[in-house]
Amino acid sequence: MSDLNQNMIEKYRNSFLKEVEANVEEGEWVKMCMQCGVCSGSCPLGKHWAHPPQEIFMMIRAGQREAVLSSDAMWMCTSCYNCIVRCPRELPITHIMHGLAHYARRLGLAPKGQPTMAFAQIFWDNMMKAGRVNELKLGLSLYYKDGFVQGIKNSLANMKLGQNMIKAKRMNAVEFFGGHGVKDVSGLQKMIRKAQELEDARIAKYGK
Amino acid sequence: MAKREYSFYPGCSSQKGASSSNYLVSVQTMCEELDIKLNEIPDWNCCAASIGYGGGGVLPRLALSARNIALSEQHNAGQDIVATCAACWLATREAAERFHHDGALMAEASQALAEAGLKLNNATPIKHMAEVLVEDIGYAEIGSKVKKPLEGLKIAGYVGCQTNRPFGIAGESYENPLYLDRLVETLGAESIPTYEKKVQCCGGALAFSEPEKSQEMIKGIIEAAYDHGADMIVTPCPLCQANVEIYQDQINSTYGTKFKMPVVYYSSLMAVAFGRSAKDAALDGQVVSAKQLEEIAKK
Repeated sequence: MSDLNQNMIEKYRNSFLKEVEANVEEGEWVKMCMQCGVCSGSCPLGKHWAHPPQEIFMMIRAGQREAVLSSDAMWMCTSCYNCIVRCPRELPITHIMHGLAHYARRLGLAPKGQPTMAFAQIFWDNMMKAGRVNELKLGLSLYYKDGFVQGIKNSLANMKLGQNMIKAKRMNAVEFFGGHGVKDVSGLQKMIRKAQELEDARIAKYGK
Repeated sequence: MAKREYSFYPGCSSQKGASSSNYLVSVQTMCEELDIKLNEIPDWNCCAASIGYGGGGVLPRLALSARNIALSEQHNAGQDIVATCAACWLATREAAERFHHDGALMAEASQALAEAGLKLNNATPIKHMAEVLVEDIGYAEIGSKVKKPLEGLKIAGYVGCQTNRPFGIAGESYENPLYLDRLVETLGAESIPTYEKKVQCCGGALAFSEPEKSQEMIKGIIEAAYDHGADMIVTPCPLCQANVEIYQDQINSTYGTKFKMPVVYYSSLMAVAFGRSAKDAALDGQVVSAKQLEEIAKK
C-alpha cells in the first residue's frame, strides 16, 4: 500500500486535485464546488467533522494531500444524502466522501483505529464469507474488535439490548454456527475477486 | 393469479432471526391482502449497504448489485424488482444508474459477473415497496381494503434518509415528503405532516461504530414525536426502525429521558387496518410493544 502511496505522490507531485479526479469515486466533480457551504450546514454530524465537505473540497484544490487523506472527517458520513440533494451544483458529495475515505484506506493513510473504518471492514469481511450479512457475528466482531476484555465489557453493556432482540426473535444465537448465506458462494467470491483485480489494475495504472 | 407480481429483493436483515424479520412478516401479510405476489430473487446476495464503501471499492460494491439484477433478469424475467429495505433499494438502483451512464464500468462489471456465469442486461426497473404502494396501487385501493380503521391513533411518519434521498418517491419533496402521512390518514389514523424530524438521519451504520453521536440524533427524533403528541412512530426503513426503537433504554439512561415510543413499519399498520391478527402484523417483533395496535387487532 505504501508503494502505491509513493507512486501516487510522484505521479501527481503538483496536483492533488488531478490525483483525486483520476482515482477517487466521482472525484472529477470536486472542481465544480463553489464553496457555498450548504453541504457542511446540512450534514447531521456536521459538528463532528474536523473538516466539513466544503472545506475538504478547498483543501484538495490547495494540494493539502496529507491533511485530507489522514483526516477522520470523511468517516463521519452517515450516508444520509442530505448534501447530495441540497448541493446547488448537484455534486455527488456523499459518494465523493465515501471515495476519499476508501482511497485513504487503500493508500494506508486513514487514521488507525477509526471506529467507522474498522466497522466498515468488519462488515465487508462478514458479508464476503457467505454473501449475506451475519448480524450476530457482525455485532460480536464489533464488540470484540479492541480485544477480549473490552469485548466482555461491551457485551455486558449491551446485554439487555441483546436479550430484547432475542425475545423479539430478531436475533438468533444459532447464527453463530453458520447461518444464512447464498448457495453459490464460490461464484460470488470469484466475481468479487475479479472486480477487485480490475479495479486495482486500473488504479495502479494511474499511479505509474 | 395474483393481480400484481414483482421480483422481490428481501435483503439480509429481513431473514429469519435477523433484525427486521418482523418487517418481512408484516410485508407478506400486507401483500396477501393487496393481492401482490412477491417472487424472491433466487440466491440474492447482500447489497453492501451504505457502509460497504470502506472495505470494497466501487466496482466490487456495484458488482454485488449487478449479480442481484442479473439473477432477477434470468429467473424473474419481465418483473420489476422491489426491495423493502431502503439501503437495498438505493444500492441496487444506484448500481443500475451508474451502469447506464458509464459504459466502461458496465463492461468491467460484466467481466466480473461472467466469473459467476451471469449476464447483466440492466433493463429492469428497481422500486421501493413504498413506490409500489403509492404509484402502482394507490391510496384509493389501499383505503378500500381497510376493515379496522386505526381510529384514535396519532402517528408520526418518520421517512428517514435513504427512502427519501437521493432518489425518493416521485413528486415528493426531499425536505417534507407527505406520502407516509397520507398513508397514515388512509388507514384511518391521524398523521403529523409538520413532524420536523421526519427526514432526520438516525445515524445509519454509525449507530454501531459511533453510538454516542447517533443516539444524540435518535433522541431528537423521538422527542419531537412526543412533542407532537404521537402515540407511535411509523417508518419504511429497517435500520431507522431498529435504531429508533431498540436504543431507547440506553438513551434513557444517558439522558434521563423516559422514552417508551413504539416504532412500527407501515406494513404492520396496514396488516392491522386490513383486519389481520397482531401476529400476522408481526407486532410480537416489537421491542417497545405497540399496545394500541394490538388492541385494534384484537377487536
